[in-house]
Amino acid sequence: MSRSAYDTIRDSMDKKEQNKQKFSAGYRAAHFFGQAGIYLFLIVMALIVLFPFYWMIISSLKSLPEYKETIPTFWPRQIIWQNYANAFTTANLGVLFKNTLIVGVVSTLLSVFITIITAFAFARLEFKGKETLFAALLATMMIPGELFTITNYSTVISFGWLNTYTVLIVPFLVSVFYIYLLRQNFLQIPNELYLAAKVDGTSDWKYLWKVMVPLALPTLISITILKMMGAWNSYIWPRLVANKEEYQLITNGLRNAFKEAGTGDVDYPLQMAAVTLVSIPLFLVFVFLRKYIMAGVSRSGIKG
Amino acid sequence: MVDSKQQWKAWLYLAPAIVLLLIFTVWPIINTVVLAFTEKYSTLANTGGTSFRIGFGNFTDVVGYSGFLDALKITMILCVATVPISTILALLIAVALNAIKPLRKALQTIFFLPYVTNSIAIGMVFNAMFNMIGKIGIRRPKIQSFGIINDIIRFFGGTEINWINTGSDEWANILVLIIYIVWNALPFKILVLLGGLQSINKQYYDAAKVDAAPRWKVLTRITVPLLSPMIAYVVITGFIGGFKEYTSIVGIFGETMGPPHDAGRLNTIVGMIYDSLENNLVGRASAAALILFGIILIVTLINLQVSKKRVHY
Repeated sequence: MSRSAYDTIRDSMDKKEQNKQKFSAGYRAAHFFGQAGIYLFLIVMALIVLFPFYWMIISSLKSLPEYKETIPTFWPRQIIWQNYANAFTTANLGVLFKNTLIVGVVSTLLSVFITIITAFAFARLEFKGKETLFAALLATMMIPGELFTITNYSTVISFGWLNTYTVLIVPFLVSVFYIYLLRQNFLQIPNELYLAAKVDGTSDWKYLWKVMVPLALPTLISITILKMMGAWNSYIWPRLVANKEEYQLITNGLRNAFKEAGTGDVDYPLQMAAVTLVSIPLFLVFVFLRKYIMAGVSRSGIKG
Repeated sequence: MVDSKQQWKAWLYLAPAIVLLLIFTVWPIINTVVLAFTEKYSTLANTGGTSFRIGFGNFTDVVGYSGFLDALKITMILCVATVPISTILALLIAVALNAIKPLRKALQTIFFLPYVTNSIAIGMVFNAMFNMIGKIGIRRPKIQSFGIINDIIRFFGGTEINWINTGSDEWANILVLIIYIVWNALPFKILVLLGGLQSINKQYYDAAKVDAAPRWKVLTRITVPLLSPMIAYVVITGFIGGFKEYTSIVGIFGETMGPPHDAGRLNTIVGMIYDSLENNLVGRASAAALILFGIILIVTLINLQVSKKRVHY
């Protein structure tokens, strides 16, 4: 190869290399600014999403005169913890928390138990009309809950259940969606395991609790949390059937304690303190069990 | 023998669920349909032995009732406004989250927060943010504070708006509701869309990179078509949720379902069902519930039909 030919080739290669570098530097700059724009967008949106929580908390710690100031303060000048104590007594939160906890825990335990045995029957046991029955169950999911509420309201009246814990727990124990979710999970557990257990003489009952339930634990945790959150957030049904104070749940009590709306003469710091107290348990559950909540929610689309 | 024993055992496992479903799900479906077609039904007259005419009386009652068309209007406005806005915002946020690495987990957690809330409780927070403080009435108003949202508007050079107080405009009320519902609907949509994004094959994006396709093109030509099943899903669930809107309005406006000077102005179909139920108009409530079911069914079918043409599976 002659020297000049070699130079030409090397020159052209250098040029190519330079071009490539220029291109990638330009590309990287564009990428950087694009990336910065993305972060800017996300952070602005995150601040908007967070703002109501921020406002709730700082308002709950302000004194009423400070809250009413024409130019708002973004951090309370003087932190008034007393608001929380007052809110607790004004909204009678002690009774409400107790009721909600009783209803939430009992209904969750019973509901999870029923979901487990029903899902097991649909996943592993053989009986006539299994597919038809399951399809019928799924079909009921399409019907809006309001349609059930009308008749259930007169049913529980005729049972004499008004203003009891029973009325808040029993009508919603069976959730077709949770049965569906758990059945899908049970079906993924290999059938060989079941047959092996059969050969060893393990009963269905023992197999269910010793093998299937532990294997489906993540789904069960999701169901438990969503059910608890549902009890915490339920509003319409409790308002209809449990209006006596002894049986009121948290959401109803909260709304009723601060009924006045619109004329602008509300003790907002107190109200915000009560709202914060109701929200904190939800946040705590979320912080510790985020994974399960998000896994459950992404498959449901139903709040609570 | 063994087979019949198996059968018997299966039904034992199913028994609790079946009994509860018969009482609280199957019976209500039958009964509600019957009540909806039983004209002028009342529990009192029923025990007295009166018989009732069967017909469409309750349905014509509902449709003719002045509150129904208003409720339908409010429900429709809320649906038509909130579903597209929240879907597009959620899509942009999900795509943005998918494009970053550092901080993704933290931001994802923040965007999910509104889901883990009590819609009545946070409705009260929105009420506080949009509310004015002081003696507010149509005559001689004495406003002390315009509320934080109005303060922000003033800071950017706008004038205060009466959002939810006495004398407020209906469209101002609706705008507040739209903001709250979108805020509340974002988490679920972001979660589903982000899940969908993460399952898209990276090869498509590599190919786009080779062609140096601009971000916008990548979004509209690759991401949206491949994500269309998830988008269809959040749109359908969004519409279903939208037609059942109720608690967000109670949260902000209280059970009066409207500002103090015009209670019931923001009532929705679900609100109407409960009003009828509380006033012992079971037939009307049943008919309204069936109409709601019909609307949801039709909207879902339309959505499915549209997505059959547009969705890429």
